[in-house]
Amino acid sequence: MLRRAGVFLAVLVCLWAAWEAYKAFGEAVGLTWPFEVNDRTFPHIHDMFGQLFEPSRRNGPLLISVLFDAALFTAKEAAVGFVLGATVGFLLAIALVHSEILLRGFMPYIVASQTVPILAIAPMVVVWLGGRGLPGWFSVSVIAAYLTFFPVTINALRGLHSVDPRALELMSSYAASRWTTLWKLRVPASLPYLFAAFKISATASVVGAIIGELPASIQDGLGGAILNFNQYYLSSPPSLWATNIIAALLGISFFLIVVLAERLVVKRAPERFA
Amino acid sequence: MSARLRTWGPAIAVFILGIAAWEGLVRGLGVERFLLPPLSDIGRTFWDDRETFVDAGIFTFKEALGGFLLGSGAAIVCALVLARWRPLGNALMPYAIAANAVPIIAFAPITNNWFGILSPFSKIAIAAVICFFPVMVNTLRGLTSVRPESIELMHSYAAGQREIFRRVRIPNSLPYMFAGLKVATVLAMIGAIVGDYFGGSQDALGILIRRSAGIFAFEEAWAAILVASVLGILFYAAVALAERLTMSWHPSIRGGRTE
Amino acid sequence: MNERADVVSLQKVSKRFERGNVLALSEIDLSVRPGEFVSLIGPSGCGKSTLLRIVGDLVAPSSGLVVVNGKSAEQARIDRDYGIVFQDAVLYDWRTAAKNIALPLEMLGWDRGRRAERVRELVELVELGGFEQHYPWQLSGGMQQRVSIARALSFDPALLLMDEPFGALDEMTRERLNMELLRIWEASGSTVVFVTHSIAEAVFLSTRVVVMSPRPGRITGIVEIDLAQPRNADTREEPHFFELVTQVRDMLRAAGADSADPISEEEEELIAAEEGLTP
Repeated sequence: MLRRAGVFLAVLVCLWAAWEAYKAFGEAVGLTWPFEVNDRTFPHIHDMFGQLFEPSRRNGPLLISVLFDAALFTAKEAAVGFVLGATVGFLLAIALVHSEILLRGFMPYIVASQTVPILAIAPMVVVWLGGRGLPGWFSVSVIAAYLTFFPVTINALRGLHSVDPRALELMSSYAASRWTTLWKLRVPASLPYLFAAFKISATASVVGAIIGELPASIQDGLGGAILNFNQYYLSSPPSLWATNIIAALLGISFFLIVVLAERLVVKRAPERFA
Repeated sequence: MSARLRTWGPAIAVFILGIAAWEGLVRGLGVERFLLPPLSDIGRTFWDDRETFVDAGIFTFKEALGGFLLGSGAAIVCALVLARWRPLGNALMPYAIAANAVPIIAFAPITNNWFGILSPFSKIAIAAVICFFPVMVNTLRGLTSVRPESIELMHSYAAGQREIFRRVRIPNSLPYMFAGLKVATVLAMIGAIVGDYFGGSQDALGILIRRSAGIFAFEEAWAAILVASVLGILFYAAVALAERLTMSWHPSIRGGRTE
Repeated sequence: MNERADVVSLQKVSKRFERGNVLALSEIDLSVRPGEFVSLIGPSGCGKSTLLRIVGDLVAPSSGLVVVNGKSAEQARIDRDYGIVFQDAVLYDWRTAAKNIALPLEMLGWDRGRRAERVRELVELVELGGFEQHYPWQLSGGMQQRVSIARALSFDPALLLMDEPFGALDEMTRERLNMELLRIWEASGSTVVFVTHSIAEAVFLSTRVVVMSPRPGRITGIVEIDLAQPRNADTREEPHFFELVTQVRDMLRAAGADSADPISEEEEELIAAEEGLTP
């Protein structure tokens, strides 16, 4: 346990050192490829962290508090989107697993749906839902759900299909209904696959939330913060980087929550790898 | 022939139904025209200006392709290195997985700053970074998910590490690698287009979409969106085809049972 | 008669696994003469698979001396003096049966013509004619094992190590493959060390049966199998066959073969495999 923490710190320190080394090297040599290295393009890491404890604007609250609020806002959108997308994805998988024809009919389009640049559709979603009286942040959740449902559907299908045929036969011998078979056999069997998908979806929901905020012009979240600090990049480069750090932490937190949930819910023999 | 029909028939049926539904529902229910124009209108708009759309599509696709090749290439090399030097691989694997959880797209404004907003390389960079981690994690998993007996067998032949890689690990990793690559195709396109959102050349598809949406020219926006989607599908299909050709031995491709 | 050197010589070989501090084998003394067919039999967890892997230098002994073909186990492995067959056929999915058989030959650097000819011989030997171009998932379990055996014999090794190769197959396939294995053994003239759970199989196949005790594995006793060669289906009906089976069974029981074991056989094999792999 202690050793793991040690390795963790060691890796972080190495990354930090690599960054600063590249910066020092690039500035000393006057590197222009792949890009010019200076305080604008490549701030010091300690400047990025330091910026968090500066006021975000003149006489304003500290950057870290602003970003924390923004992160919570985006987290809410992402969480709602995650639940929405995961539910839809799972129900879709259940529907498709019971009908081979439906599966073959809809599968290509489910895959294709992910090629539609959701960012582009976002403004339409915002206007449409806004017109129906739903708050702006909910549109963002819908967009997050759009990116979330796909991995869940794919993995849930694989999981629901992964049941040993003999276990199915056993259920049949108990004259179990489809419903019972579903809940007592297929769903528990698919849990490992589901959690693999949730790990991807956790990230996808955060990405979706951030992307969704951009065209929706939502100021309160991290997407808005990124746009804002991008606009004023020249006046304070470390601010944008600091925002990125917070966004990264948000993504990782979501991921870790799913990992934790998996440990609690799924009890399974560890895989043996060589 | 009938096997093909059975496989693709339902999908084609859904396609036809889908188009009919789009046309019918949109006109019938009077869905806000500016949000979801009828397919025929979109088609007409595309056709009238097809050169612009296709050119923008190709421009953005090139950015996505560049990012895909760069990111996937680097990812595969890294996976090979990490599989070869296990202690390093084991130490870094959790980080790669965590890095995969980072919304890298937030990084797009920074690449714009590095390479200049108008330079395609800023979009290539973001697409590359987005592609990198999924491909690396998947490929690494494939390289390391080898049964111990397989390696024991190789040891019984006094095989060195290089032979073990060449004969066992790399072939074993192909299914995993292709799974990662297929995901990466979609991510690369998203990366390129979202990168455009933060600013880009007028020739890019993302800018075209944003501009059209901004002036409420939704037919143009949808035409551009469909172009992006079609390109994404073709990209994915190309990788799937490559998978079929290299993995002709795999049961899932030869029509046998999988696992 | 010239004393031909032992193919395998184990002296006071012991093995303790770090994981769980398990003493798997204790002071094993065993010699295998050329041309013998020696079976190792014992209850789950007695270390017979580990012992096999020690002979193959896939696991290092904690103490004791291992001499294979007059060399250290490591040298024997490097010189490819043995072929190994696992319970799982361990065929590579991306190679046809023929290519799987040819694998060690490719690694030895044989040219294509020579490989093809040898593969032809082996396919005939294991009676897989017509299936060489099939992929593993297209073959039954019994056929996969035949490919595995052909592969192990491809470079004509002096020693054949087999770890319950027929354990996963049904009784009838098993008996048929037993006969085939004996035929192959005679034709190739190699020495075989064979691990099994089945008393009948051990008695039927071997010239000697080595009975092991539960963990920590020791050699309880050795039964000389003096049934007539070549063996055939009738051998299983002979009175002497049953006598020998009873002898082996009694020996197993005397050593406490009925006691339960905390570490399962699979677990032990995996520990052995992993320890063999740590750099």
